Amino acid sequence: MAPSVGTSADVEVEAAPVSAKYTKLFIDGQFVDALSGKTFDTLDPRNGELIAKVAEADKEDVDLAVQAARKAFDEGPWPRLSGYERGRILFKYADILEQHADELAALETLDNGKPVQYARQLDVAGAVRIMRIFAGYADKISGRSVKMDGSYQGYTLHEPIGVVGQIIPWNFPLVMFATKVSPALACGNTVILKPAEQTPLTALYAAHLATEVGLPPGVLNVLPGFGPTAGAAIASHIGIDKVSFTGSTEVGRKIMIAAANSNLKPVTLELGGKSPLIILDDADLDLAVQLSYMAIFFNQGQVCCAGSRIFVQEGIYDAFLKKSIELAKQRVIGDPFKGGVEHGPLVDQLQLKTVMGYIESGKEEGANLVIGGNQIGSKGYYVEPTIFADVQDNMKIAKEEIFGPVMSVFKFKSVEEIIQRANNTNYGLAAGIVTKNIDLANRFSRSIRAGIIWINCYHIVDPSLPFGGYKMSGIGRENGEYVLQNYLQVKAVVTPLYDSPWL
Amino acid sequence: MASRGLSYAISRIAGSSCMRFRSASSLSDISRQCGRSWGAIRSYAVAAEVDEEPIKPPFDITYTKLLINGEFVDSASGKTFPTVDPRTEEVIANVAEGDVEDIDRAVKAARKAFDEGPWPRMSSYERSKIIHRFADLIEKNNDELAALDTLDSGKIYDQARLIEIPLVTRLFRYYGGWADKIHGMTLPVDGPYQAYTLHEPIGVVGQIIPWNFPMVMFSWKVAPALACGNTIVLKTAEQTPLSSILAGKLALEAGLPPGVLNIVSGYGPTAGAAVSKHMDVDKVAFTGSTEVGKIIMQSAAQSNLKPVTLELGGKSPFIICEDADVDQAVELSHFALFFNQGQCCCAGSRTFVHESIYDEYLEKAKDRALKRIVGDPFKSGVEQGPQVDEVQFNKVLGYIDAGQQEGARLLTGGARFGRKGYYIKPTIFADVQDAMSIAKDEIFGPVQSVTKFRTLEEVVKRANNTDYGLAAGVFTKSLDTANTLSRALRVGTVWINCYDIFDASVPFGGYKMSGVGREKGEHVLKNYLQVKAVMTPLVNPAWL
Repeated sequence: MAPSVGTSADVEVEAAPVSAKYTKLFIDGQFVDALSGKTFDTLDPRNGELIAKVAEADKEDVDLAVQAARKAFDEGPWPRLSGYERGRILFKYADILEQHADELAALETLDNGKPVQYARQLDVAGAVRIMRIFAGYADKISGRSVKMDGSYQGYTLHEPIGVVGQIIPWNFPLVMFATKVSPALACGNTVILKPAEQTPLTALYAAHLATEVGLPPGVLNVLPGFGPTAGAAIASHIGIDKVSFTGSTEVGRKIMIAAANSNLKPVTLELGGKSPLIILDDADLDLAVQLSYMAIFFNQGQVCCAGSRIFVQEGIYDAFLKKSIELAKQRVIGDPFKGGVEHGPLVDQLQLKTVMGYIESGKEEGANLVIGGNQIGSKGYYVEPTIFADVQDNMKIAKEEIFGPVMSVFKFKSVEEIIQRANNTNYGLAAGIVTKNIDLANRFSRSIRAGIIWINCYHIVDPSLPFGGYKMSGIGRENGEYVLQNYLQVKAVVTPLYDSPWL
Repeated sequence: MASRGLSYAISRIAGSSCMRFRSASSLSDISRQCGRSWGAIRSYAVAAEVDEEPIKPPFDITYTKLLINGEFVDSASGKTFPTVDPRTEEVIANVAEGDVEDIDRAVKAARKAFDEGPWPRMSSYERSKIIHRFADLIEKNNDELAALDTLDSGKIYDQARLIEIPLVTRLFRYYGGWADKIHGMTLPVDGPYQAYTLHEPIGVVGQIIPWNFPMVMFSWKVAPALACGNTIVLKTAEQTPLSSILAGKLALEAGLPPGVLNIVSGYGPTAGAAVSKHMDVDKVAFTGSTEVGKIIMQSAAQSNLKPVTLELGGKSPFIICEDADVDQAVELSHFALFFNQGQCCCAGSRTFVHESIYDEYLEKAKDRALKRIVGDPFKSGVEQGPQVDEVQFNKVLGYIDAGQQEGARLLTGGARFGRKGYYIKPTIFADVQDAMSIAKDEIFGPVQSVTKFRTLEEVVKRANNTDYGLAAGVFTKSLDTANTLSRALRVGTVWINCYDIFDASVPFGGYKMSGVGREKGEHVLKNYLQVKAVMTPLVNPAWL
């Protein structure tokens, strides 16, 4: 039996320091009930208790929101403001989000279960940072004048694409909100955003703050609801010009099919991953242990780019395992509102079941469980940091995205072998490499087919840095200058030239 | 006037002056001036007799097989299909018919060429040199490639020879020049990290091209994908397979390694579907109808989520404002619609004319259409050849019927031309209403629909009232009107006082259901690249 990390007793939780103020749909600048009058429960993952009942959007609410967004785009001031004015509003939006950082962080923790210290320092601060970079882009979206072969004047206009549908996941609710909404708004679009049904609260709070900074009605609409109803309505809506989705590969596929079946709206997909973290014999062992620990356990493992396949070269394999087990033992599990806690509950019952199912499967398929493997208590959705050693490439835990605090450690011999094994997946989101050798670092960073390569670091995301997947990890890039093209149409304009002094 | 000067050149295209013509004008000048000048060929007003013995071009059909892994091979099934001369409805050649198994073979070859072969591993300078050599060979075989496209598609030979194939050469040179200029960025980030992006080839690229501009489409797809270091499985249209196969042979001659460019002739539901569904194809780019574009995107979603580029249909408005020069407007709108027998995705198929000049416009447009010279596309001076095949021919005649039934006023044409081949008389409908099927559907034939408008607000609304958004023409002398319309029209290309001006540098593609993504220019490169971000920590950096 593997040693445990936490106790088997229920995790004691304090009363939440925050309550949900905004629980309705946000359409055309107003908080409104769903047309059906229906609501759904959003639960506290610490104990499974009700936080609030939230208005449940369905198809007809999406129709209403599209009407508002369509009007705001086709007739409203937003795309007609100067880029400078749009940028000013977005900077103000970032400021007001920052002013409410503590409350937003608490709401995020309440809905999602992530430790509040991270919610405050990473999620909310990150969202503010992202909002500011795109506020700065609003007046820097330029087309080009084009040199043509004949006497023509050619130029491109980079125009807003129109009404944008955005569907975000529950693992980083506010960061995803900012990642989707701020570049779309900077480009002059109007937005219909569906937050995940597990975590609707911060997006609704942020929608309320939008009304205080002068975002015109209809420009940002937030519709909590479920994927098969509200999400599907967005993806298949004829009045929506673009859809951007972050979530599972399975649902990403549905989004793309719905886009194809309706109006061929372009899709951006940021999907799952099974990202390798490769530790070479020459690596600084402590750094490698620290990085892999963070790569897989951060946010309870609920990260699309989690380092979920840790490949360790045979020379340091045993030493790595020993130190990793020690480190995992020290992980502080508890009420995410409590100071110093590093590891909260998983987001919901379903996720708990999925993760525990994968742990069972790992055991059955003969992976070596060296620490953890249990649910903690019976209240809330806590799972111990878990490490499987000697994982084989064909096991389920080696192939599928677990999205939980389950580290899989693999042994490898040669560089050639590991490039092939790392690439032997349908996913291609991220990869980590720990080595001191610049030649190997360069070789790996070219050979691994993934959208982001972290060398001697992991999970370093930055608003300037493009993020997105190769292969079935997605289509397109978010963040940085790259994301802007997702929210722009390119129009070429050509006129004849007479008596031009030069071509 | 420039157009007069050129019309002189055009009138002598069949003679020996074409070299002078070619060297004297840049390519977009040629298409611009051809557009303007085809009205000036009126001295040819005697329509060619299409019942005459068809002209036989002085080239043999040598290449009819599939090109897989650097070799010309039969299809796995051994099956062939006939490609038909639209002038005579007779078989030109029997071409190897690719199916699922052949696509598998081609993908395997392309995969190997990408994963292990020299192409993505050579320096971009080396790749660029091979692409430039390929361009030189296309130029050298200009007339043969043009003749194959005319034989297969019925397009005007001089148009293929003097505009299209030179544009193909131009495209390959343009992207040959891009190959060694594909750079990532280094990025300032918030902490002590070194961050940069690599713009990597995306891998094995599947490309499916249409029959209306076979070689031009070949170049739009193949040239940028090669420049980025990818390998290709190209499926040509079953109506027009011949020129691509010859081009494939030239590519090998230029030094393209085996497996880098694989060309499979065949049909959409078999070979085309196999490309878009294939798990080992990393990207699919398609040009064709919106209906098939949807199927392609679904197949991509159902298989491995390969990113798609779609260049689809259109119903592009051509707006003639009250201040326009009517004679010029007549000539350009005629060209915008009738060019290539109306078989252009960006054809100006909805002509909006301001009410103040409507009657004058109609009279002159009718005159112009009546003077259009229909005949054997190999014959010099002919402006319009046959439609590509029987299916298209019947479809276009069907729309002409629909226009009459729905009450549009037939000004001229409206029937088959001659007794043999897929020729249709240049046709104009006036007083077309927005709700009619000829106003809404893509006809893809020589059928101009003219409608009247009163105000700019009205015409913007009506022009945008379509699921398509590929192109638009604006005819006005007013700078303000030009600027207003060029922003308001939701389309990928706006031509002001010109039409169908294509240039290697200018992006092309659609809003709305006219497509996803852009081709040409720098914009197309991103279709064939993956972006990889790389980060390392910085120790004691001198600056951030």
